[in-house]
Amino acid sequence: MIFQGRVWKFGDNIDTDAIIPARYLTTSDPQQLALHCMEDADPRFVGKIKPGDIILGGENFGCGSSREHAPIAIKAAGLSCVIAKSFARIFYRNSFNMGLPIFESKELWPAVNDGEEITVDSTTGTIIVSGGRKSFRINSIPPFMEQLIAAGGLIKHIAKKYNG
Amino acid sequence: MGNTITEKILMAHANLKKIEPGQLINAKVDIALGNDVTAPIAISEFQKAGGKNVFDKDKVVLVLDHFTPNKDINSAEQCKLVRKFALEQQITHFYEGGNVGIEHALLPEAGISLPGDLIIGADSHTCTYGALGAFATGVGSTDLAAAMLTGELWFKVPQSMKFVISGSLQPWVSGKDLILYIIGRIGVDGALYKAMEFTGDTVDKLTMADRLSMANMAIEAGAKNGIFVPDAVTREYVEKKAKRKYTFYLSDTDAVYSDIMEIDAGKIEPQVAFPHLPSNSRNVSAAGNIKIDQSLIGSCTNGRIEDLRIAARILQNKKAAPWVRLIVVPATPAIYGQAMEEGLLKTFLDAGAVISPPSCGACLGGHMGILADGERAIATTNRNFVGRMGHPGSEVYLANPAVCAASAVLGRLAGPAELA
Ligand code: SF4
Repeated sequence: MIFQGRVWKFGDNIDTDAIIPARYLTTSDPQQLALHCMEDADPRFVGKIKPGDIILGGENFGCGSSREHAPIAIKAAGLSCVIAKSFARIFYRNSFNMGLPIFESKELWPAVNDGEEITVDSTTGTIIVSGGRKSFRINSIPPFMEQLIAAGGLIKHIAKKYNG
Repeated sequence: MGNTITEKILMAHANLKKIEPGQLINAKVDIALGNDVTAPIAISEFQKAGGKNVFDKDKVVLVLDHFTPNKDINSAEQCKLVRKFALEQQITHFYEGGNVGIEHALLPEAGISLPGDLIIGADSHTCTYGALGAFATGVGSTDLAAAMLTGELWFKVPQSMKFVISGSLQPWVSGKDLILYIIGRIGVDGALYKAMEFTGDTVDKLTMADRLSMANMAIEAGAKNGIFVPDAVTREYVEKKAKRKYTFYLSDTDAVYSDIMEIDAGKIEPQVAFPHLPSNSRNVSAAGNIKIDQSLIGSCTNGRIEDLRIAARILQNKKAAPWVRLIVVPATPAIYGQAMEEGLLKTFLDAGAVISPPSCGACLGGHMGILADGERAIATTNRNFVGRMGHPGSEVYLANPAVCAASAVLGRLAGPAELA
């Protein structure tokens, strides 16, 4: 799959309270959650993104609570994928379970500027910055995770088995 | 080569003879937990998958504790949806209203989570039950849906880190201080994807309350689970509560650990974690002059009867500073009742405290104790991220109940030694 968009950079340890503050968790409506995506990390974030844009996090992206509202808000806000130096465990799990593509790369962060256009090719495992100026490898995804994404998330994967 | 307790529990639940870190397994789940924030999504996913009946009505636990008593119309709708599902599915362990407690205080107390169990919860602090010698880990709502449907879930076997804690604790130092100190040393991703196993002669003497608050915060170091090898303290705690069979798993002496860290507990003072990460911990004696607006004593980390007793000891015949809002939250109805019987609630009221019903409420900035811009709170909770308890411009400092009580009286960050 190909993901193309501008990157928006964030620092290390972006927690789920920054991605979607708990004060908005009284609903699980994706459209409402999308309005507050990344609000406590950058209050102007939702106003500046375009569909397809990409979040670029530092270490331990998505730490904190288990709220799936975090990947839901990111997906519903129109972002195409998240790249980070590393991900917190539950966020990593949730993203695969719901089909939000995420990739790990330590090299990309220092090499791009906020708002720069990148292309991610998950099939060949490469990230290309601003029309080929630089390129980077991304870690491959374990085969089981690929199955999850191919099925459209954990529930669809299981529903097949469950409904026989 | 031997195995750790974490590996043994996973091995037994995956019905395997051998297991190693990194392996992806499918394992049976003993308890699957959800709350008013995460269960609504899980229920809708369950229904989308064509789910008709949960795999076992005794093993799915639903606790409406986050925004209850219902904060607003949205939260009332969420709870209504979960309640309808719980009644239709005849869920045995469904808690709301007068019997609700904060989930991670409630489950051990009610004997629902037991040693040797594999427990998943759509709440990151599900790792709390590791204190009992269970494998317990936080997952997302989709995972909860899958577990409710099939009674199984996929796991990646974690590497284990061992923390050997030895020496006698200084006065007013508790499990909370040990874990804040450890997170301060290894950082908020210091145990990313790993199991944190706590052992040593200090640990042997820790009460279950202290172990629960330590395991509770394993996630704050990025861990998959925190765990204590069960012993006599565990047996005494679970013996009368358990209504089903449980198993004590022990780590083999030749088990393999990715890291082993020795900690001299005797050197540790009461800790405070400064904003905005639980790893920003330092000695309370080195906190400096930091004025506070609110002190919160409660949550799944430190809202147990032992915590309330400590706070009451300090607040006895004293008053919170006039500019401090002191909020006390007994974590479950049983704790509330016990605190009433022991006269602790009277002590809190006389000290000027607001006593909240058992609820997550203020801990996550939900309701009943929200901070305004620029305000500071000291709290016995587990997270001090930006905006955790209210306005993004507010600050949260984490500490044990003694420090929170002493700080309430003095109106600034302070250790209990300052009051003596
Ligand atoms: S008390 Fe706080 S940390 Fe514990 S479950 Fe409730 S919101 Fe989460």
